[in-house]
Amino acid sequence: MRDTQRIEKSMIRRTVLTLATLAFAISMTACSHAMMMIHGTGAKRPAASDFGLGPRSSAQGRYVATLEPAKALRPRQMQTVRVTVHDAEGRAIDDAQITIDGGMPQHGHGLPTRPRVTQNLGDGVYEIEGVRFNMGGWWEFKLAIAGSRGADTITFNLDL
Amino acid sequence: MTNRIFAVAVLILLATIATVTASGRGGWTSAQLDQLRSMSLAELESLPQDPTNRVADDPRAADLGRRLFFDTRLSSNGRVACSTCHQVDRGFQDGIALANGVGTTARRTMPIAGVARSPFLFWDGRKDSLWAQALGPLESAVEHGGTRAQYAHVIADSYAREYEQIFGALPDLSQVPLSAGPVTDREAASAWNALSSAQRHDVTRVFVNIGKAIAAYERRIEFAPSRFDKYVDAVTSRQPSPIILTDDEIAGLRLFIGRANCTQCHSGPLLTSNEFHNTGVPPRPQLAIDHGRLTGATAVLGDEFNCRSQWSDARARCSELDFIVTGEHTLDRAYKVPSLRNVAERPPYMDAGQFATLAEVLDHYNRAPAAATGHTELRPLRLTPVELRQIEAFLRTLSGSVVVGGPAAARSAQ
Repeated sequence: MRDTQRIEKSMIRRTVLTLATLAFAISMTACSHAMMMIHGTGAKRPAASDFGLGPRSSAQGRYVATLEPAKALRPRQMQTVRVTVHDAEGRAIDDAQITIDGGMPQHGHGLPTRPRVTQNLGDGVYEIEGVRFNMGGWWEFKLAIAGSRGADTITFNLDL
Repeated sequence: MTNRIFAVAVLILLATIATVTASGRGGWTSAQLDQLRSMSLAELESLPQDPTNRVADDPRAADLGRRLFFDTRLSSNGRVACSTCHQVDRGFQDGIALANGVGTTARRTMPIAGVARSPFLFWDGRKDSLWAQALGPLESAVEHGGTRAQYAHVIADSYAREYEQIFGALPDLSQVPLSAGPVTDREAASAWNALSSAQRHDVTRVFVNIGKAIAAYERRIEFAPSRFDKYVDAVTSRQPSPIILTDDEIAGLRLFIGRANCTQCHSGPLLTSNEFHNTGVPPRPQLAIDHGRLTGATAVLGDEFNCRSQWSDARARCSELDFIVTGEHTLDRAYKVPSLRNVAERPPYMDAGQFATLAEVLDHYNRAPAAATGHTELRPLRLTPVELRQIEAFLRTLSGSVVVGGPAAARSAQ
């Protein structure tokens, strides 16, 4: 009786394992195909938690920035985005020089426009105009910040 | 240990079942369905206002513009109108490699439907509004071949009442010669230089308003839904429907949004990003060297009729010019991404009609040869002949009618 149970249990296990191996093989083929389709340059899309408008820390931890688009970001529209810059202790950075860069890492192209800060609104808030994303997908939006805490960069991952 | 392997196996099974379930209707995943929806004409946003043209949405201007669009008196030989190259029964293009006006141009005629949504016009984007675009061919020696003074006289002689209702009183043109303008023709150019600045201003005002009226007409030219749009409607609304696309067409659509990378540029409801790219299309040997967007971007900044000019009605910022990319090597021989709607109806293809068929275009994208000038952005796709035929089959599902009368007319034409 005990032996029969053991054999039954192991048979179930074997069936599940075989099915899973098959499923894994099939899904891997499909996945690698899908990844090839999407990843033109081989750049790897970051984890979902790495996406968003912030708050996000700079590479060296000198600043924390948050983006606030005037209208929800959409492809093919000229947009205005406010950025708020603080230091690591939460103090507003008022005197920063900010330059903007970005692009689609998986497609190897940059931004279709040259956005720039057009207004320093005070309290660490800056207005960036001339932002356009010419298609949907994963975009990097990079800020190079030179301020009282030194020079640093922040890369936002945006999903359009 | 065995238990852990077992647990992983169960997880993999569950994940596979979830993925298969998520494949949804027509075998599309929900992410793919979102992408298909984003390409549907139903997603087209309402026509943006044109702040540079205060009569852009004035029906009287559109009516005058329509009459001017077909008027061959707006040419040096009396035989060329806008409609000579932008032929209504061919979707507002002419079906030949290099456009023929009073002479032969160096470019393929572009179709008009939907272009009011594009920030830059022409293959190299050297104009930033529909009305500024319309003025270019009128003064080109090989297109309409005439002069702005000549066109102002045509308005005064034949359209005075309609013009004045929209734009106010016509200037006194009695002292203005029948032909004068800043053109390559020496006689016309010296006649233009002999005019007073007030006269030149008066004539140019009428000329600009001709462009604004034509733009008001052209803004109303739109695409109507295609078989592809009907398929997207059916597959995203989960309503049972008869077969709209064949298996080959669907396979082509899968490649289009997937491995063939087409949506990298051909995205959104009009299947264009409206940007400029070098795709390594070989130049026509008999034509002068053409740097595409590299020269177009500089030209639009210096254009007499751009958004910042005295002729523009814009009061706010000219964002497209303020944040334009210029002078970068990526712009060399970069050309405008055209809409792929009705693409099967308008061979030959590319900026100078270099490719006679869709098959030739797809073969080019598949091989991705080096660019003669600048650098191609293409990478070889390594698609099989069957896959290329499937993409072509899909492209043929993007055909629909072209309607005049704005988006409402386009919707009712389906």
